[in-house]
Amino acid sequence: MTAMHYTTNPGRTRDIRLHRFHGGLKLPSHSAISMSLPVANAGIPAELVIPLQQHIGETAIPLVRPGERVLKGQMIAAPRGTVSAPVHASSSGTVTAIEARAFPHPSGMTASSIVIATDGKDEWQTADSHFTDYRQTTPAELLEHIRNAGIVGLGGAGFPTGVKLGTAANRAIDLLLINGVECEPYITCDNMLMQERAREILAGTHILQHILNPQHCIIAIEDGMPAAGAALRTALNEAGEENIEVVSVPEIYPSGGERQLIKVLTGHEVPGQGFPSDIGIVCQNVGTAAAVYQAVVHNHPLVSRLVTVTGEGVRQPRNLDTLIGTPFSYLVAACGGYTADVDRLLMGGPMMGFAVHTDDTPVIKTTNCILAVTREEMPAPPPALPCIRCSKCTEVCPADLLPQQLYLHAHSGNLDAAQDYNLFDCIECGCCAHVCPSHIPLVQYYRHAKTEIWSQEKQKKAADIARRRHEARLARLERIKRERAERMARKKQAVAGKDEKRKDAKQAAIQAALERVRQKKTQTGVTPKNTDNLTPEQQEEIREVDRRRQH
Amino acid sequence: MEFRTFTSPHLPVSGNVPVMMQRVLLALLPGIASATWLFGWGILINILLAAITAVVAEAAMLALRHKPVAVPLQDYSAVITGMLLALALPPLTPWWIPVIGSLFAIVVAKQLYGGLGYNPFNPAMAGYVVLLISFPLELTLWPAAGDYPPLSDTLVLVFTNSLPAGATLDALTMATPMDSIKTQLGLNETISEIRTSGLFGFAGGHGWEWINFAYLLGGLALLKLRVIQWQIPVSLLGSLFLVALLFYLLNPDGYTSPLFHLFSGATMLAAFFIATDPVSASTTLRGRLLFGAGIGLLIFVIRTWGGYPDGVAFAVLLMNMAAPTIDHYTRPRVFGQSRTP
Repeated sequence: MTAMHYTTNPGRTRDIRLHRFHGGLKLPSHSAISMSLPVANAGIPAELVIPLQQHIGETAIPLVRPGERVLKGQMIAAPRGTVSAPVHASSSGTVTAIEARAFPHPSGMTASSIVIATDGKDEWQTADSHFTDYRQTTPAELLEHIRNAGIVGLGGAGFPTGVKLGTAANRAIDLLLINGVECEPYITCDNMLMQERAREILAGTHILQHILNPQHCIIAIEDGMPAAGAALRTALNEAGEENIEVVSVPEIYPSGGERQLIKVLTGHEVPGQGFPSDIGIVCQNVGTAAAVYQAVVHNHPLVSRLVTVTGEGVRQPRNLDTLIGTPFSYLVAACGGYTADVDRLLMGGPMMGFAVHTDDTPVIKTTNCILAVTREEMPAPPPALPCIRCSKCTEVCPADLLPQQLYLHAHSGNLDAAQDYNLFDCIECGCCAHVCPSHIPLVQYYRHAKTEIWSQEKQKKAADIARRRHEARLARLERIKRERAERMARKKQAVAGKDEKRKDAKQAAIQAALERVRQKKTQTGVTPKNTDNLTPEQQEEIREVDRRRQH
Repeated sequence: MEFRTFTSPHLPVSGNVPVMMQRVLLALLPGIASATWLFGWGILINILLAAITAVVAEAAMLALRHKPVAVPLQDYSAVITGMLLALALPPLTPWWIPVIGSLFAIVVAKQLYGGLGYNPFNPAMAGYVVLLISFPLELTLWPAAGDYPPLSDTLVLVFTNSLPAGATLDALTMATPMDSIKTQLGLNETISEIRTSGLFGFAGGHGWEWINFAYLLGGLALLKLRVIQWQIPVSLLGSLFLVALLFYLLNPDGYTSPLFHLFSGATMLAAFFIATDPVSASTTLRGRLLFGAGIGLLIFVIRTWGGYPDGVAFAVLLMNMAAPTIDHYTRPRVFGQSRTP
């Protein structure tokens, strides 16, 4: 592990010792082509298509109906479950449909989306809650606010920021890392954001610091971003900020990956199945920090983001401030349209991005780049040849995996062995496939194997649930049967007991009557005589009769 | 607008198997040139025979296996197998020697195991070992360095197995320096006594050191072009040097010098062109260090105490056998995992 000493902030004395991760690639940056023009507002398309699920986690639940008028910033879908984020209308207009529309996904699938016909007024929902000073607000309240603002990680998979911060807020955080390392070629939206909106990023960072209370804070950029570094330092100086450092890291793909960047800056490795907060680190993208600022200070939920529109296939590449839900075609048109020889349209960078089959696809919260390329720029991959086990993939793997072994097992369907070779530690960065002299689409095999394992697990889980339910049903039926039998038995017994009792009672009554008679008999000694009301002559007569009877 | 879709990564691929193989072929040229210069036309005849046989055998086997023929032939791997085998053969050997060796290498050692990428053994070395065991006499037909018959005589010798007029086989051929030194050491002569016989050049065996230098040159070019990685050549040459140095320091009169080991026989060819065959080598980075070191050690052991003057082929095949085990025990620690799996 070579470490180098880096003087990060001229005038500040502290050196940050940088580390290296294994492998990685030096790639041509292709960043200049989209940075010649400043960021422009993309404008309001006639129709916005806002998918209900824009990131990992649960799909949001629509809160509006077709025909309803919505305002910009209005929550139109509510989160479902913990790992979920609400969705907001990105401009004012009328909901025309909630239906399946093209969605940016490698499979080319459609997804349930809220379609808004915009009215061009871009009318904001009036702010009801507002933090005059977030410093007077508790972290818990801020977290709730960030969650409601629909903010997700804008650098990568779009993990809901509220959830990430919520987990970290309960832990002791040593380092808050603001990630401006845009390591994939072509993409420049973070770079431009830092150049043009450094103050917003800084303000967002301060809010994150207030929530997390970290010991240290670093904003990381790449060596090839001097202008962004200068803008950030100016913002830091203006704010008189002494405790946040701007650190520039070497341009090695994928150093912008959260785990790789943490390794470079701290030398620590985030545990395989763990999170950065497990080792006291929280990493947020610069765009996310700016979105937090917008949400907390201006009460603007996440309704827009910067998108790089670039590649040889587009006439005037640049970065556009784009409403979520804007179709790709609208953005490309805003950049002068396609060139004649455009061949492929990607969302994301050329290493981890995916090709979309139609430009009807809308921008979602995680759309950092729309890359239109020509055949010359990115020719179709040559046919795959057999793996010659040259291990070039092993040399470049930033996760220290053995890609050719993974391929071997994934190819032969030996999924257990693939997992044994740590398939799930693969970050799908594409380094292995890029250097493969046999042009094997390695990442594709890993994705397939992962999906296969997931679906098997899902099936297994479903089967488990079905089995458990079946067993529970059998047990329930058994129980019901038993209970009924017991109840019957009890009833029978009860009935029998009642009969007995009734009989007993009768007997007892008779007995009691007899007893009373017997007692009375013993008490009086004579049988009662109905003679009390007679005259003495009559009584004498009776006595006479009795006397005669006794003789 | 509709677009074609592909899977990531989209950036144009940087490597190419046919280009790698072409570079290997080009890097062999200095070695081939110096071998031809020292040992004559027979070297080129062997290369032609072996390479043509290899390509024909490959095509035939692919056709028999109902595989596409054109694309695999363009990867040059069969040509390289044939050439590496030919470069291990003596120049005056009959024509059927390179043909049989090449056939075995391609048909049995490569295609029957599944073709490129699936063969556990280095095909060229498997072919060579079959020849060495089956036809030991034919594999000794080396002329003295710089003293080879003209092209016409060579052709007659190779293809008709009849000697040119007035020549005897003994006059035409001569034991290689390594062979002679082994024999003489076996007769209890000391290195300093053997040294007087002119078997030693300035570094290795007389003449052979030039061939080794030429292969070293080509090998360094492959390293520079990143066709091969440093682990196997460095560990192979390093272990051979160290173990030879140890015995040389213990008894300089009983063992040849480490420098001699590096620049004699097939050392450099093995280090840069044979042991580096990725298919049959270890695939982990640490494993390759072990793999190379094992070959270096075995070369010394076989040369010093074995029945053959040189030990490259056996050393490589033995380590080929060990490669899967080495791979199993040298898996790297995965990023973010606390222990090696």
